[in-house]
Amino acid sequence: MPVPVHAEMRGVTRIYPGTNGKAGVHALGPVDLTLRKGEFYSVIGPSGCGKSTLLDVLSGLSRPTAGEITFEDKPVDGRVPDGVGVVFQEDASFPWLNVEDNIAFGLRRAGVDSTEIRRRLDYALGLMGLRDFAKAYPAQLSGGMRQRVCIARTLVTQPRLILLDEPFGALDAQTRLIMGDELLKLWRETGATVLLITHALDEAAMLSDRIGIMSARPGRIIEEVETGWPADRDSRVASDNRFGTITSRLWAHLREESLKAIGQGAIK
Amino acid sequence: MRRAFDTILLVAVALVIWQAIHLLAPSALTSPLGTARRAAELLGTATFWPHVAETLKAFLYALILAFTGGLLLGLLLGLNKTGAKVADPILVSIYSLPKVTLYPVILLIFGLGMSAKVAFGTIHGIIPIAIFAMNSVRNLAPVYLKTARVLHLSKAETLRTVVIPAAIPEIVSGLRIGFSLTLLGVLIGEMFASQRGLGYMIMNAIGLHDVPTMMAVILMLAVFAVAANAVLLWLDQRLHRRIT
Repeated sequence: MPVPVHAEMRGVTRIYPGTNGKAGVHALGPVDLTLRKGEFYSVIGPSGCGKSTLLDVLSGLSRPTAGEITFEDKPVDGRVPDGVGVVFQEDASFPWLNVEDNIAFGLRRAGVDSTEIRRRLDYALGLMGLRDFAKAYPAQLSGGMRQRVCIARTLVTQPRLILLDEPFGALDAQTRLIMGDELLKLWRETGATVLLITHALDEAAMLSDRIGIMSARPGRIIEEVETGWPADRDSRVASDNRFGTITSRLWAHLREESLKAIGQGAIK
Repeated sequence: MRRAFDTILLVAVALVIWQAIHLLAPSALTSPLGTARRAAELLGTATFWPHVAETLKAFLYALILAFTGGLLLGLLLGLNKTGAKVADPILVSIYSLPKVTLYPVILLIFGLGMSAKVAFGTIHGIIPIAIFAMNSVRNLAPVYLKTARVLHLSKAETLRTVVIPAAIPEIVSGLRIGFSLTLLGVLIGEMFASQRGLGYMIMNAIGLHDVPTMMAVILMLAVFAVAANAVLLWLDQRLHRRIT
């Protein structure tokens, strides 16, 4: 039985127009990508390959130059659809609100009633290990904790598709592993489809059901790798034999593209 | 505790230097004690208070105009990319212009009296407030705006619940600087071409070589300015500490 399609990109390209007579930048595509309902999909690629652009157009934050995007069979067109949550690489926690108010921010704006907000807030605080910090301000928290606040803020909107743009990019290696495990836990508990953008091979190999490898700019998906991990996995799969096989497969493709990307940087 | 000690030390050193200058040149500077005595005397004099009221009134008007005008101008420019690009160099050059050179023009436009003082105070304060407010909006982290869009906030909601709160610390920094400069403008305005106010009292005392009165008024103004600045600085730091 085929797994239902949750979101899809067909022939999606993004070209940033040039200004003052300068040539534009062909940042992305054409990309074809199918996300199956409930899967954990990672996109890896060399730096500057358009990974963030892919997330921007898939989420509806920006329009593609060409191609079609659908989420739950409805076209995505210049607006973030209901049911899609996005977590960014940069710290997006609001410094003027405490943890609780940060997390509840979107729900309050959407006019969700206060008992329901309280219920979802308690759930998110518990799941993300933030219960003891509910009244703290972001300035009092570490980078990892602030990113948890941002994940929790997305979580309470009960997204069915969660897009994460290198959410752990600014964190140290140990914290990344822990956060990866928590992301897996969240994914299992919510049953949401997850798309993770990352440049870390091990992160992609460890967390995902499937991994899409992007080419150097203009980024296209050049290969997809299935990991075959069980749903109840965690970062300990790194010691499994297959982990080495997967990462070396990923690296075989990525190495060439990374060299191309470095070449692009040299002539820029 | 430590900060209180630092402040006391600073005041003590200032007093010692003041006293030393007084001993070296008694006719130029009244002693700290003499100044304090004269200040107390002035506070008990009925003719002193109308001057205080005049200055406070001019300052208050100028402050209201500088705050509202500066914030409106700054926020509007900050929200408009092209506007901000055009206005930035203009505002900065006006800011660096010694505004006292404009005083004759202000006097010709507004005539002698309250309105000229208010106008002069306002032009001192309005520019830094506008610059800070404008930059606070321009420097807003793009990820905040993306977050607002992901959470389906309307334009008005984004402005009210994201842009303004994010800009508040910078805006308060601008208000603090605008506060000091507005006071400066009003006092300079009073020192020339005015018949009332504390600025006028200082100039009048210089003319009569009444050094104790001059020193007493200066002391009172200094205490007011330092106290107000301390309150605003405290607020400023409190708000900024939340950011980092």
